[in-house]
Amino acid sequence: MKIKQIFGAALGASTIALMMSSTAMAVTLNLHNGGDPRTLDPAKQSGNWEDRPISDCIEGLMTIDVKGEPILGQAKSYDVSEDGLTYTFHLRDDIVWSDGTPVTAQDFVTGLERLVNPKTAAEYAYLAGFIAGANDYNSGASTDPSTIGIKAVDDKTVQYTLLSPTPYFLGALTHPSLYPVPTADVQANGEDWASTTHILCNAAFKITEWVPGSYVRSVKNDKYYDAANVKIDEVFYHVLEDNAAALNRYRAGEFDLLSDFPTDQYQLLQDQYPGEAHVSPILAVYYYVLNQEKPPLDDVEIRKALSMAIERDVIGRDILGTGDLPAYSWVPPGTASYEGETYKNDWQDLPYEEKVKQAAAIMASKGYTPANPLSLQLRYNTNDNHRRIAVAIGAMWEAIGVKVDLFNAETGVHYDALDAGDYQVGRAGWIMDYNDASNMLDLLRTGTKQADGKIAWGNNYGRYSNPEYDSLLDQAAKELDLVKRAGLMHQAEKIAMDEYGAIPIYDYVSKWVVSPKISGFEDNAVDRHFVRYMSKAE
Amino acid sequence: MAGITAKDVVLTRYADTLQKLDAPKGRSLTQDALRRLMRNRAAVISIAIVVLIVLIAFIGPYFAPWEYSKVDWTAIRKPPDFSKAHYFGTDANGRDLLARCLQGTQMSLIVAAVATIVSVVIGTFYGAISGYFGGRIDAVMMRFVDIMYAMPYVLFVIILVVIFGRSPVLLFVGIGALEWLTMARIVRGQTLSLKEREFIEAARAGGAKSQTIIGRHIVPNLTGPVVIYATLTVPEIIITESFLSYLGLGVQEPQTSLGTLISAGAQVAESQTWLLAFPAVILVTLLLCLTYIGDGLRDALDPKDR
Amino acid sequence: MLNYALKRVLSMLPVAFIAVTACFFVMRLAPGGPFDRERALPAEIKANLLAAYNMDQPLPVQYLLYVWRLLHGDLGPSMVVKTYSVSELLGLGLPFTLTLGFSAFIIATTMGILAGVLAALYQNKWPDYVLVLVVMVGVVVPNFLTAHILQLVFGVYLDWFPAGGYFPGSIPHLVMPITVLSLAHLARVSRLMRGSMIEVLGTNYIRTAKAKGIGARLVLIRHAIKPALLPVVSYLGPGLSYLLTGSLVVEQVFGLPGIGKYFIQAALNRDYGLVLGTVILYMVIILVLNLIVDLLYAWLDPKVKYS
Repeated sequence: MKIKQIFGAALGASTIALMMSSTAMAVTLNLHNGGDPRTLDPAKQSGNWEDRPISDCIEGLMTIDVKGEPILGQAKSYDVSEDGLTYTFHLRDDIVWSDGTPVTAQDFVTGLERLVNPKTAAEYAYLAGFIAGANDYNSGASTDPSTIGIKAVDDKTVQYTLLSPTPYFLGALTHPSLYPVPTADVQANGEDWASTTHILCNAAFKITEWVPGSYVRSVKNDKYYDAANVKIDEVFYHVLEDNAAALNRYRAGEFDLLSDFPTDQYQLLQDQYPGEAHVSPILAVYYYVLNQEKPPLDDVEIRKALSMAIERDVIGRDILGTGDLPAYSWVPPGTASYEGETYKNDWQDLPYEEKVKQAAAIMASKGYTPANPLSLQLRYNTNDNHRRIAVAIGAMWEAIGVKVDLFNAETGVHYDALDAGDYQVGRAGWIMDYNDASNMLDLLRTGTKQADGKIAWGNNYGRYSNPEYDSLLDQAAKELDLVKRAGLMHQAEKIAMDEYGAIPIYDYVSKWVVSPKISGFEDNAVDRHFVRYMSKAE
Repeated sequence: MAGITAKDVVLTRYADTLQKLDAPKGRSLTQDALRRLMRNRAAVISIAIVVLIVLIAFIGPYFAPWEYSKVDWTAIRKPPDFSKAHYFGTDANGRDLLARCLQGTQMSLIVAAVATIVSVVIGTFYGAISGYFGGRIDAVMMRFVDIMYAMPYVLFVIILVVIFGRSPVLLFVGIGALEWLTMARIVRGQTLSLKEREFIEAARAGGAKSQTIIGRHIVPNLTGPVVIYATLTVPEIIITESFLSYLGLGVQEPQTSLGTLISAGAQVAESQTWLLAFPAVILVTLLLCLTYIGDGLRDALDPKDR
Repeated sequence: MLNYALKRVLSMLPVAFIAVTACFFVMRLAPGGPFDRERALPAEIKANLLAAYNMDQPLPVQYLLYVWRLLHGDLGPSMVVKTYSVSELLGLGLPFTLTLGFSAFIIATTMGILAGVLAALYQNKWPDYVLVLVVMVGVVVPNFLTAHILQLVFGVYLDWFPAGGYFPGSIPHLVMPITVLSLAHLARVSRLMRGSMIEVLGTNYIRTAKAKGIGARLVLIRHAIKPALLPVVSYLGPGLSYLLTGSLVVEQVFGLPGIGKYFIQAALNRDYGLVLGTVILYMVIILVLNLIVDLLYAWLDPKVKYS
């Protein structure tokens, strides 16, 4: 006898009446979303915990299909000017917010203005950097919003002006930070518009409830233009940081989808739930940064030795056990508009013993041996996988005369130290914002000088700097010809990797667990999965 | 902290009893108690086991086949394997679990000892000063202790961990600094009764300074209470440490602690049972024994049970 | 009595205030800040964020601003969960944490007292040994481990109870969290009760009462339990505060929407406002509870006089 079912029956009447407004046959999807979203405001979101609930509810000019490829969303068509700098979008006729008011061109203008308005303090404001005037407005250099390169030509036409031809522009438009906002709602409620009481939605679902620490709940939006094809009536985005606990709840049938699972449990999943664990490469790199501002890591030879001594095959296969792919190149394979050979260095195919021998020889020539080792502090943010990888790499480096002192801290503290250059070796990772090599390569650009004379290194935590690299990227940004552009970027990548500007370790895989009841879920390189494509068999 | 032994209640009563007796009797109360404790079989066995665990934890690593930070690339996540001398199996990094358990036990014990010592020192001085000077100073100081009892400690501990990063010593100095309240009460009671004694009066008449009297005459009489206090405090700190490890606020790699090992093992309880079983058995045994000793002490202290 | 209560509250206020002040400054000593994330923020954006939360001001000014708002009953914004203010978040989480804490408290205290009485009556017989064993397990197994194991056994294998989560009003969702939370408290209460019950049963007046021929059960209920409760009652105050703060772990493992979980996340993310708000809230709750316990104690023990 199952107590749960008895209680369930008794409870059913009240809970179901409470939770499901319309039909008794409502299809509910329970999705494990990881941590608590910090906001439901697309301009303020900063990661996939927010992206999932937001992107199921608000749609940009472009959206993605089940494979993660950009397709038309709120726009029915677009024109590109000859020079690739002006994009004109024509909105669909049948698009409305969930209160019935039509989505207008102005809503996109308001959305972008909010994003780059310094008062919004949006973390992703930099993403709009390719739009003319956006950065100046955000930094306060310009206070006139009309200088931003966006214009509502009429109610149904919106026009963007870009700084340079941007092949990834259409893909970038699928990013939540560039979503429209309901102008009247924002004017009436200010920052509060994205609360569950005021938020308006123009996509397949509408957010109805958010219990911090517990879940976000959305229900099907009948006013969505494609509502006829949406098969899920209700979605819960559950908050649970403890992945082991989340897996238990999946196994108890409480979750239909897990957005992550403990790598340790991969074997168990394969044995007991064959085919349900989805592991597939995504556009993201796990890497170590080396602080090149200070000795000894300003020495390219030492950086090379450190990179050589990392046996990348062991990490994905044995340490993580999920088979994450070894990375030697900076730009992950499969990145769009990046024709050409994936970067290879001249030693990566050597047997591991040989790599260690050569690396040890380099270290020895610098005076470091296992008897007289070089001491390095390796920092990582608190997380089981990061810890394991750091321990493994520490042990690998021991063989070439490096003594590693491990230090872990919470994410905020970790990145604070990296940002301040207060470290020697640090763990970092980058999940690409949009499918374009420049998004990776920009991470190694020389920092920009601030008014106070300090250099702001941004995400270039290792402080790698090479003028030739920077200038190649500048040329690539202006290049109209996609093949030439890719060539310039390949050259730049080779320079940075030959100088070990950072040490890529592996390309991430996405780790989902998908119940056999769910169809319409496909692994994709951007690791975004919209619920509008999914269905659930009872 | 986690209050597993309800030691505040036990010790407060003990302190009250001490205060009612005059000093030499107080001393003999403690000695009697210890003597009675030695007649309690469960407690004696527990003491033996604890001593054994402590010895193995500190001497064992010299005899263990593997070092706690040594990676065996050929045995990652492997169950116990005697042919490779991994008697407890290996963890996800291919490190020997036996060696790590020894190191973890050591770390948990050290951490508990440091926190206990710190709280004893602070508590002793606070209580001695309060009891010795008496009057308004005493009233205010004890009022403060009363109020401090009602603070949400766990929250402060977490804040402390966040500040002190992952330095175990600093962290447990911090925890010790929060734990001293009960100790202060005991010492105050002891001091109150001691200071009326002739030898203190004589010392005072002879012109001895307050700190000399406290240091020379009062503190040495506190051996008994300290032993009892420590027995009840150590398991609480060990539990607190495991709780912090679960939150990811444990010690730095490659070092480990029982709490860290268990919270890692709990995640893979089904597929890699050995990672949970061995450290959990050690922790549970250790805590059980310490609890039995604490129980024995309590019974021994209760004169009505005679 | 009322006078006494008032006095106690008044004497606690300055200490509570000092604690809040200490937390405020100590949190700022900690490395990292609420806006340090996986991705470095461009300097302008970080400046915008800091300005939005008054964090560009000197620390003493921020402190005064905080206290000023606090005096107006405003706990300020959460720096990490942007849509909600600290008061809103705590308002959402508090009912749950209190439900969890008080349910566990009532269940564990009642069961603990009963178990303690039983063990005392059957001292050194099998019910006593069983109790001691159960109690020991409750005391020495870390609660996160108990939680994981219960979740696995009763949630996954047996499928008796939901493995986690909570919907308002759902009792099955509370069974496992309350069990985990109760265990340690039950253990402590039953041990205290057993000890004091044995002691009371051995005293002269109980023997006298028995000698007078009053029925054993009546003696037990009338004369033994009430005095034996004293040490238990004096433990209830701290016990309840352990329970309320102990729900941190339970909320974490079962994914429950309580303030304990907020606190941990807030401390890790350096959400200064939320950390302080939670500390203040916990202190207020514990203050009130301690008062109640004091008054209860006075009712039970006629010797205690409050002036």
